[in-house]
Formats: sequence, C-alpha cells, structure tokens
Amino acid sequence: MNIRIKFSKTGPLRFISHLDVMRYFQKVIRRADMDICFSEGFSPHMLMSFAAPLGVGLTSEGEYVDIRMNHAPSSREALERMNAVMAEGMEAISFRRLPDNSKNAMSIVAAADYEVRFRQGREPGKDWEKRLLDFLDQPAIRVLKDTKKGQQEVDIRPWIYDCTIQDGVIRMQVSAGSVHNLRPELFIQVFALHERQGYLVTSSELHIHRLEIYADQGTEGKRRLIPLEALGEDIG
Amino acid sequence: MRKLALTDEILMSVEKPARYIGGEVNAVMKEKQQVDIRFAMCFPDVYEIGMSHLGIQILYDMFNQREDIWCERVYAPWEDLDIALRKHKIPLFALESQDPIKDFDFLGITIQYEMCYTNILQVLDLAQIPLQAKARTKEHPFVIGGGPCAYNPEPLADFFDLFYIGEGETQYYHLMDRYKEWKKSGASREAFLKQAAQVPGIYVPSLYKVSYNEDKTIASMTPNCPEAPEKVQKQAVLHVSDTFYPTKPVVPYLKATQDRVVLEIQRGCIRGCRFCQAGMLYRPTRERDLEMLKKYAVEMLKNTGYEEISLSSLSSSDYSRLEELVNFLIEACGPKKINISLPSLRIDAFSLDVMGKVQDVKKSSLTFAPEAGSQRLRDVINKGLTEEMILSGAGQAFEGGWNRVKLYFMLGLPTEQEEDMKGIAWLAEKIAGRYYEVPKEQRNGKCQIVVSTSFFVPKPFTPFQWAQMCTKEEFLHRAYVVNHEIKEQKNKKSIKYNWHEADVTVLEGILARGDRRVGPVIQKAYENGCLFDSWSEFFKNERWQKAFEECGVDPMFYTTRARALDEVFPWDFIDIGVSRRFLEKEWERAKEGVVTPNCRQSCSGCGAAVFGGGVCHEHQN
Repeated sequence: MNIRIKFSKTGPLRFISHLDVMRYFQKVIRRADMDICFSEGFSPHMLMSFAAPLGVGLTSEGEYVDIRMNHAPSSREALERMNAVMAEGMEAISFRRLPDNSKNAMSIVAAADYEVRFRQGREPGKDWEKRLLDFLDQPAIRVLKDTKKGQQEVDIRPWIYDCTIQDGVIRMQVSAGSVHNLRPELFIQVFALHERQGYLVTSSELHIHRLEIYADQGTEGKRRLIPLEALGEDIG
Repeated sequence: MRKLALTDEILMSVEKPARYIGGEVNAVMKEKQQVDIRFAMCFPDVYEIGMSHLGIQILYDMFNQREDIWCERVYAPWEDLDIALRKHKIPLFALESQDPIKDFDFLGITIQYEMCYTNILQVLDLAQIPLQAKARTKEHPFVIGGGPCAYNPEPLADFFDLFYIGEGETQYYHLMDRYKEWKKSGASREAFLKQAAQVPGIYVPSLYKVSYNEDKTIASMTPNCPEAPEKVQKQAVLHVSDTFYPTKPVVPYLKATQDRVVLEIQRGCIRGCRFCQAGMLYRPTRERDLEMLKKYAVEMLKNTGYEEISLSSLSSSDYSRLEELVNFLIEACGPKKINISLPSLRIDAFSLDVMGKVQDVKKSSLTFAPEAGSQRLRDVINKGLTEEMILSGAGQAFEGGWNRVKLYFMLGLPTEQEEDMKGIAWLAEKIAGRYYEVPKEQRNGKCQIVVSTSFFVPKPFTPFQWAQMCTKEEFLHRAYVVNHEIKEQKNKKSIKYNWHEADVTVLEGILARGDRRVGPVIQKAYENGCLFDSWSEFFKNERWQKAFEECGVDPMFYTTRARALDEVFPWDFIDIGVSRRFLEKEWERAKEGVVTPNCRQSCSGCGAAVFGGGVCHEHQN
C-alpha cells in the first residue's frame, strides 16, 4: 500500500541537504522497523520518493515523502514509532494511506506556501512592505532565468498566486513542481534588484519557511489546490 | 532549540554546513551545569573521516555513561570554515553544545596517522589554545593525545600535556577521578600532571628530559621528577567481551567514509608481519565472544538504521568463530536487506562462498595483499601468503564468476632487489594467465587486475624499526621498474598499475620515527601554511622542506640513516609488552629470510603474554 508521510524540518536541521534528508529517512524507516517494500534486483532500495526538495537553509512544516509498504500500522502508531527515533528538528506530522491508483507526490506538486522574513537589519529600507506589494502589482515581472538551454527571459508574475505581508512576514503562494517552480528567494532578489539596492539578496539574508505543498485538482484552467496530505486518509 | 555557534551567513557560505551543526541521531546532550568534567574528543581531520572512526565512538559512549562527564566531539574545520573562523575570530566549538572548546576541561585528540599533525595544530590554534603545552595556564584545557601515533609521541611532545598510551577503556575513568580531586584542590597545573603521570599508561612529556650524543642520537631520556615512571606501560583491555562498546553510535547526516555499523570482532593479530605496526602494538590477539557480537550487531543495526554492517579487525579470517558469525548475520540481515561487508578476508573456499552470498560477484573484486613480489621477500617480511595460495584463490574465484582482482604491494622493503620489484609484474601476469585458463564460456569478459604499490615506511615497535628508508628518488625508481616490467607482460592490457606519492611517504617516515627535535619543524610547517597533508590536493612538500631548513633539521637523519642495534629510540620509554629483544631477533630473522610461525601455530615468546590474556593463554585453562 502507498503511504504519504508529512514532516517538518526546522532549527539547525535546515542545514541538512536534500540528499542527506533522503538518507536520513531511510534510516528512520529502519529504526522505526516499518515494513517498507524494496525494489527487486541485487541491490534493492526502499520504495520511497520525496515531493519537492527543500533548499539548504530553508525550514518547513510541510514536507512530504511517499513510501510503499507491505503492512502499515495505524497512523497513530506509525507517527509514535517514527517520532521516537527522529532527531530534534524533524517530526512526522501525518501518516496517511493513499488510494491504490494515486500518483506519487513528486509528479503532482503544483504549488507551495512560504513565509519569508528578512533577517534583522536586512530589510530593504523603510516601508518596504508597501513597495514590495506595489512591485507585485504589475502585469508582468520579467526575469532572466537559467534554464537547460541557457538564460531565458521569463515572466514570473503568473506564478505568484497570492502574496500578503503582515508584521514583516511575507506570506506567499507560488507555483511549484516540474512545470513552473518558483523559488521565493528569486522573487525577493528580483524585487531587490528592481529597487537598485546594488547587491543581490543572498539566501542567508532571508528566513524562508515552507508551510505546505499542494496538488492541483482543478479542471481546465481553474485552479483547485489541495494539500498533498489531503489526498490520503488516516489509518485507524 | 539548540543554538549554533556559527551564523547563518557563515553556514550558508561553507561547502557542507552539516559538518558543524551537531544534533545527529544518538548524539548525547547533557546539562553543562550538572557535569563536573567537559571532555572534547577530537579527530583532527574533516568530519566525514572523523565520524568514521570507531575508537572515538567507543570512548564517547564510555565517557557519557558517567553522569559527571559530558563528552562532545570536534573535528578539523575544512579550509572554508578555517578561513571564516579566523576572519571572525570565532573560537572552535564542540558539536553538541556548540560551546568553545577552550572552556573545556580536556581536549582529547586521537592521532591516527602522521599526516594529520598540522591539523592538530590547526585545531589548537582555532580553539584559541596555545600551541605549546608550556604556555597553557589553568584557564586552558588539558590536551591529551592517544591512538597509534601516540606510541611515538615525541615529535608532538611540545603540543600535548599528556598522552594516553594504549586502549582507552582501561584507565580513563581513573584519570578523570584524579582530575576531579585536583580541580577541587585548586592546586597548580603541574600538580595535576604529576598526579596523572602515576596513572598507568599516562605519559606526561614535560616530566622527562632528553639528552643527545654528539652524533645526534639520543643518549638518554629520564624522568625529571619522582612521580614520572621510567617506563610507561601500554594499556590493553583483557576482557574484550565485557567492556565498553557503543550500542548507539552517533549517526551522521552526511555520508561518512565509513557509512555503516562497525563490529569489531577482535583486537590484535596473530600473524606477525614484520612491517606491520598494528600487529605488534595490539598484541595479544583477543577475540570477542560470538554471543556478544551477535547481540551488538542486532542492537546497533536497530539503533542506527544503517543498511550495512562491517566486521572490523586486522585479519578477520583468523577469528575462530567467523563462519558462525557470518551465517548468523546472513540470516539476520538478509530479510531486512542489510548488506554485510567483510574486509580483510583471506581468499579461500569459505570466503568465496560467503562473498558469493553477500555481494554481487559481477560488481565486486577480490583483494590480495601479497605486499611483496617474490617469495624470498615475502619471507623477509613474514607475510605467510604464497604464490600457490594466491593463484589457487584467484582460480577458484574466476571459476565462480569474478573477474576483477586488486593486488597490494609495498616497495622499498628491506633487502628488496630488482627481481623482487619485477616479481610484482610477474605475479600479476600469472593471475591474468590463470583467468584465461578458465573456459571462455565460463568467463565474465576480460579480467582486470589492479596493482597498487605503496612505499614502505619503517615504524616504531616493529622488527623493521632499525631499517633504512628509501629516498624519494629511490622510491620512484622502484615504481618505474615495476611499471616498465608490467608493460613487458603478455597480458599487460589487463593490468593497471597505481603507485603512491613518494614525497608524502618520506615525510611520514620522518614523523613516524622522529624525536622531540622534529616538533619545531611541524610548528613551522603549520605556520608556513601546511594543513590537511593527507589530502594530496593540499600537500605542499616545498613548504615542509622550507620548514626543515629553517629549523636546521636534517630529514635524512630520520629516514635513510642506518640505526645501530643498540641505538636509543625516542619511543623506548614505552613498554608495549612485546620486548625489544624479540623485535631485534625478528629483524635478524628477516635479514636471513626466516619466517616466524603465527601465534596459534606456536608461541615465539614476544613478551605480550605478560598481559595475562588473549591468544597467549588460549587452551591453557
């Protein structure tokens, strides 16, 4: 059966790379003695896939990994067993069974919510909140983006679905996944460049926190975003 | 939430920030107010190397079992963080608490290879601890060294307050108890050192005086106070099945070099190869109980989540219950898809059968370590591996589907002649020839033979401690002879040849048999910018050469010079159990090409029986 696990990654563990998170989870599965399925062949590996890599330095309370299991305990027991063997800073939040015909998390990622903060003293001047919202309030935001074919000018405005600012915290919903993946720091960098700050905002000057990852269940141009965990059901 | 010593800006600017944040699974956190002793345990190389070391995991677990001690870890910061720490004047910190190690009670440094000596100075320097022990005050931690290189600690004598000679399980608790008493007493730093010198296995370099002869050899080394013993006794655990061993080793996030559970099945080696320092230092051979190993294997796998377990020892094939252990592991690990790794196995029917079960024959290779190219020279070094054994093992393996062979040799061994060097090529050719004797339809494509040679470094406490070492030019000439001869072979296309770098080997030789006069050279080399000397991309030989010149120390004195049988060696004050008389006898037998039986065949009276356990006392109950 297919299981989707939602987990958080906070505190010092934000400096663990995605590759290391994958290795970490394989060990969690073993420590928690979960009955996971393996691939065939002489060097079998766990059937496990992650929704969307999180960059080094970012925190999250909405990470996802899908696994296939032979037998699964109840959601409550699975969470207890995993959290008993996880390191401080990573916690399993939900453990849900997916319908048998469901697609894996990575292939259905469509959008993500982020909270972005400037590190103290790094805010781009007074009233930056208003200027940022004004900047956003234009029909197109053109950016040179590195692609496989070299640099290409793209309009990132359509990929920003929502953006509000409260108490210095930018909360934004952006396109994510394999079609158009917008990293929130790119948007902030473009804004800073636009303001002629004369420097590029580096990731270490921002606190970026991922809140949730969504699939799009809408039809024909109409978006209907659903958190990835909502596609599964708790096991009683 | 744990605070970090480094800012986000620094962490985001370095290559692998996960090296510096601690918080790994099974890392031990304590309240610093509730412990009496804070011990920082250091492996002076990069995190991924240091985290692969079993010894630190054992001592870390041992110390942390005591409520009054908090043992934490620290590794050598990589070049990028080294620069940042200096720039921002951030003192080097321990991973667990992220507190500066200069505030700790002890900084313990494991000294596993000579080429880490400049990194030891880097760690002290970045920690803001004076490099010279004599410059330290009551405000500074005591710096204590251990590990194999502590068996000749003299080149490092200036930088350490104490050395622990031998296995840490036996005396560290006693040393810590004495430290607690001293701390309460408020006595001087020197007073503690004198106390410590009375703990078996503890060597305090500042309590000894060395005088030299006119020819620069050592005249004498004597204690300068009654507390310091004339001889320091090596420490060895007698009951290896009833001692400290971590059931919950720390599991790094980064992929460490040793990314698996390590099960140490025995200590010591019965073989007595004459070049091998470990084979003499860790005598007597002591096996752990099968039942203990089974229990630890299961628990460690459960507590770490590793997908691989490796047996560790100097010669696994000599473990008397290997077959039972391996069968147990195959049964326990198979269903859980846990890999079993079996290094240092002799190639024979049993090991081939086991290897066929635990690894993919097509992807794995066979390893032989004949160490020398001819039977004559193998007799000189007492390596009991014959050409027949190699060819028959390889033949069986080829018939079983293997087609890759790795061969390890040393060049520059005592008495080596051109025939011995060429013999390396001839042996590789015979193995290739054996492969092509297998009927074509049973063969797995072409065979690949990789020949690697390292250069021989004479080490203290071996029969070869008297031997002259080659110069760099001689070494490279010998590699050239091998390379040339391989090119002459019929199956040359199946044989690949690698040789080690020669200048780093020469330096290793100087440091290995160096004395106190080499200390200033190490410090000068460090000040000249030498660091991570074991990493070829960092090694800067010309800066080392400059340091020797500036200090007026002749490197050849330590390498190519012939040593008289009665010369006083810098390490003579250490008693490893194996007697100097035995080593001398072995040196003579080597020169005559006479082999010495292994400890299970018959006792050669090396002296290690004095410990009262292990192989020396098997079948005597």
